[in-house]
Amino acid sequence: METRLKPLRPQAGELVVAVPENGIDPSWLARPLAQLGLEEAGPYATVRVQPPASWRWGSADAAFFARLVAELQPPGRKLALQGLPPELDKLLALARGAAPSAAHRSAKPPGIRARLGVAALDTADEARAFVALLGEVILLLPRFLCARAKIRRAELVEVLAESSSRALAIVAVTNLLMGAILAFVGAVQLKTFGAGIYVANLVGIASVRELTPILTAIVLSGRTGASFAARIATMQGNEEVDALTALKVSAVEFLVLPRVVALGLLMPLLYAYGCAFALLGGLAVATPLLDLSATAYAAQTQLALKPVQFAIGGLKALVFGGLVALIGCHYGLRAARSAAGVGAATTSAVVAAIVGIIVLDAVFAVCANALKV
Amino acid sequence: MSVISLQDVSVGYGSVAVQSRVSAQVGEREIFAIVGDSGSGKSTLLRAMIGLMPPQSGRVVFEGAPSFGVLFQNGALWSSMSVLENVMLPMDLHGEWPRAARPALARFKLALVGLAGSEERYPASLSGGMRKRAALARALALDPKVLFLDEPSAGLDPLASRRLDELVLSLRDGLGITVVLVTHELESLYRIADRMIFLDGEAHRPVALGVPAELARSAESRKVREFLSRASR
Repeated sequence: METRLKPLRPQAGELVVAVPENGIDPSWLARPLAQLGLEEAGPYATVRVQPPASWRWGSADAAFFARLVAELQPPGRKLALQGLPPELDKLLALARGAAPSAAHRSAKPPGIRARLGVAALDTADEARAFVALLGEVILLLPRFLCARAKIRRAELVEVLAESSSRALAIVAVTNLLMGAILAFVGAVQLKTFGAGIYVANLVGIASVRELTPILTAIVLSGRTGASFAARIATMQGNEEVDALTALKVSAVEFLVLPRVVALGLLMPLLYAYGCAFALLGGLAVATPLLDLSATAYAAQTQLALKPVQFAIGGLKALVFGGLVALIGCHYGLRAARSAAGVGAATTSAVVAAIVGIIVLDAVFAVCANALKV
Repeated sequence: MSVISLQDVSVGYGSVAVQSRVSAQVGEREIFAIVGDSGSGKSTLLRAMIGLMPPQSGRVVFEGAPSFGVLFQNGALWSSMSVLENVMLPMDLHGEWPRAARPALARFKLALVGLAGSEERYPASLSGGMRKRAALARALALDPKVLFLDEPSAGLDPLASRRLDELVLSLRDGLGITVVLVTHELESLYRIADRMIFLDGEAHRPVALGVPAELARSAESRKVREFLSRASR
């Protein structure tokens, strides 16, 4: 029984392969050659095939002999296969022609340290490219302000429309609900201390100074930043960016600058709009819960909010807007030229923008604390 | 006199050279083809010639200031603009010609490529052949001295491909431009190319330079002879 399972028989310097009546068993492809009867690793100059009388070979047979050749062929010499039907021999010659190089075969998958190193280098490269893009945009801003930048007005208007009027509804809804939730949580807690009126302070300061800029920027990163990344990545795949470069037009000037300027300008406006809805949401929930009049709530809000709160929130909005646009364009320009590249650029743009917004907000918090504002 | 001179140009990605030491001169009003097997670096060499990537070594020298238009493989028309806007944009960006004259000039270029009447259409609504023609009109927008064509016949049916070839010949003769094209379409090669260079993807270097019909008969490289004799001439 055991001998029937071993079709490989070394004999006087050559290897004899006895092919069973039904052809090569596909399971042999996964078994070590030693289990199939190869007791000595060789070297062998010849493999002699003993085919069955009526052999109807298939791809498993061909793959098995290709494997034999790949594993047993001595370096620098050719392993002779004798006894194969000419058609099958031709098929194997095709596979031999496409065989990967020895260096490729011996390449081991990289270990965890190598992969960590590659990831770190990629991240550093990404960061370097982002800083270079930021620098280029800053250097181009004076050209834009002097109306000398090579941009298309229609493109700027389209970006403005895309980032403003079409984003109004979602900015309104998210900020309204955020104000309402803050008011609800605050009212439940503060009511027990008889300090319900201070819900107006909580909603006002939290929205105006922190949450509205962050929430609006996050909404825009998912909506507009992702759209920038996808649009530019698609242009990259269609060679549209190359067409600009071939015309000696900077893709950063033509594509990135209008988007950064548009979003930087619009975000403070969207912020003001979002603030109004956040305060309205707080008022709508707090007044019935706390039995307060709308006038009293509004007066308390007015007392709580100083112009500096709006200035900080507005500045954050401006910076977040520029950041979202820059990140979207950055990933779009660096996207691989494929459908998968567009998807990856979009995802990376949204994730990086959200992380960037939170990190920048922390920086703002530290700076504001240091400046005692 | 040569309009473009490739001086020992090597191109590749990272430290891997796809083609090494490519040297050739492209003459005035010549149609010069870059030919080779798949993955031999034809388009990579073209990208280096038009400045989209730096050569690893060597130089690409233009006679005078580089003045060229490019037809990319899939047209690369800007999808958010109409065909007319696509042709006018290079003029707008470079401030060529008085603003009021640009629409008429753009319409003329579109008429040259047989797209009169399609000015207001958008790239998505054009057929493959029309898109290539529109892109060709855009490549001609700034009256370049050299036209680079990357696989102009790719994705076109034989009739559209033949029409595009005839158009390229007419433009060369009518406008006196030099054409450098990347192609693997042998019918097209024999129809329009004055000379060609063959890039060997396995040897990573050019193995033939000359007139296609002559190389088909007498190229030193057997691979070149076999490659060129596959076309029905």
